Amino acid sequence: MIQQREGLGDLIRIDHLTFQRNQQCIFDDISLTIPKGQITAIMGPSGTGKTTLLQLIGGRLKPNAGHLYYENQCIDGMSNKQLLRLREKMGMLFQNSALFTNLTVYDNVAFPMREHTQLPESFIKDLVLMKLEAVGLRGARNLMPSQLSGGMSRRVALARAMALDPELIMYDEPFTGQDPISMGVLVKLIKHLNDALGMTSIIVSHDVPETASIADYIYILAQGKIVGQGTPQQLADCQDPHVLQFMHGLPDGVVPFHYPAPDYRQDLLASCKEREAS
Amino acid sequence: MMTAIQKLGRSSIQLCGNVGYAGLFLIKTLVRKPRPIKGAPLLIQELYSIGVFSLPIILVASIFIGMVVGLQGYNILSKFSATEQLGQLVALSVVRELGPVVAALLFAGRAGSALTAEIGLMKTTEQLASMEMMGVDPLWRVIAPRFWAGVISLPLLTMIFCAVAVIGGHVIGVEWLGIDTGAFWSNMQASVDFHLDVLNGIIKSVVFGFIVTWIAVYQGYATEPTAAGISRATTRTVVYSSLAVLGMDFVLTAIMMGGW
Ligand SMILES: Nc1ncnc2c1ncn2[C@@H]1O[C@H](COP(=O)(O)OP(=O)(O)OP(=O)(O)O)[C@@H](O)[C@H]1O
Ligand SMILES: [Mg+2]
Repeated sequence: MIQQREGLGDLIRIDHLTFQRNQQCIFDDISLTIPKGQITAIMGPSGTGKTTLLQLIGGRLKPNAGHLYYENQCIDGMSNKQLLRLREKMGMLFQNSALFTNLTVYDNVAFPMREHTQLPESFIKDLVLMKLEAVGLRGARNLMPSQLSGGMSRRVALARAMALDPELIMYDEPFTGQDPISMGVLVKLIKHLNDALGMTSIIVSHDVPETASIADYIYILAQGKIVGQGTPQQLADCQDPHVLQFMHGLPDGVVPFHYPAPDYRQDLLASCKEREAS
Repeated sequence: MMTAIQKLGRSSIQLCGNVGYAGLFLIKTLVRKPRPIKGAPLLIQELYSIGVFSLPIILVASIFIGMVVGLQGYNILSKFSATEQLGQLVALSVVRELGPVVAALLFAGRAGSALTAEIGLMKTTEQLASMEMMGVDPLWRVIAPRFWAGVISLPLLTMIFCAVAVIGGHVIGVEWLGIDTGAFWSNMQASVDFHLDVLNGIIKSVVFGFIVTWIAVYQGYATEPTAAGISRATTRTVVYSSLAVLGMDFVLTAIMMGGW
């Protein structure tokens, strides 16, 4: 079911997407849309394929069936060159930051600007300092990535992702490893970027309250399907067992906590038997 | 018996596949519009880290190789009372064979393995992926400058190697064993042909530079993204490029001796 919502139309449209990875079905015929100018959150248990979905949108993976559209251009049908050009309009915060380890913090943030613009160096400097100021790391500009803490690297990566003020920005777990103070700042920053600059944002996150506070629309994925969707308010009131379990973090419910495995007791018994045998 | 044949077949198909991938990879890296303004600083930086940092090992190795060839050669030549020919012997053996081959082997160990490990680590930590997601082609930004830097560096290093090795031979022959300086140099000058010897040595080193760097960057780019994958890729770089250098050296020597 694709819901039409008011606004500027859709930036990304995913149409009956099916994706498999070594026989394991990660997405099974899902359809969803990312409306322009809004913050869409994608949530779901670990290992359901949220990162994979972002990679598919970026065109780094090809779907087995179905299509992805960026403003009616088919992403999965593009040539390498077209993809590179498309990605100039996207920013992505990687789950593990993926900073360039041979460049300083400053050069990391300046990298996309130097590659894609002809701006003079003095201009780039101002821009980089602005971006670093926004994430509170202007003072760390001369450090190397190896000298940063985990939370600091994520904020540098965030500054780099928004360096070119892209149309679409995808945040893969922007809040991991942040203390409560910087968490609050980042939540505001993401909201601000989206509203003031008119970006479209996709947030993948496990932090339910923070994400719900800024997202316009939330999709909950589990076991290859969309198990719940709606505005944060709708989801909070939703009585669907998947949604209920996820939004309130309950360990027992329809979404299993475990990766598919044989019965726990049998696994343990099997190792007992092996020990006796030897 | 059947399984052995099957295994052989499978591994040869795999080998062909890998060579094909490596070839495609090379074509994708090389066949593109040159961007001199952005590319030049990248190339210079890589020339520095690949070429200049390989210089110490090349210098030390070459002086010792020159001295050893000088000593051995003197011993043999003295049996024929032809020690004046030492200059010729040192120069020819170094320029034709030892220079290109030993420099390429050292280069594979010093620069090739470093290239593979660096690119492999960039892949493992998703730096290449994040570059792609920024709309920058890592083949252009990361691979091409390193490839060209390797192809340019090795011939230059080989020339330095040869020059220093000849000086090493001179130190042993003239300073230590007392051959006449004039005889040493004039015999060398008379017998070393620019076209046959020097140029052929340089051609060899260009070919070796191409092969070693190709293997190194491809192994790095195709690394399995784990710590063990990087270590395997680095080992493969050194092993494959050493074998390829020795094999190609035979082929090139045969061609050069044959008709040229
Ligand atoms: N390179 C890969 N090769 C094979 N399978 C993979 C690979 N990367 C991920 N997977 C599988 O794809 C599934 C989805 O992975 P993905 O990284 O998209 O999960 P995720 O939803 O982002 O999880 P998390 O919230 O923990 O980041 C997982 O079951 C994982 O086992
Ligand atoms: Mg993930």
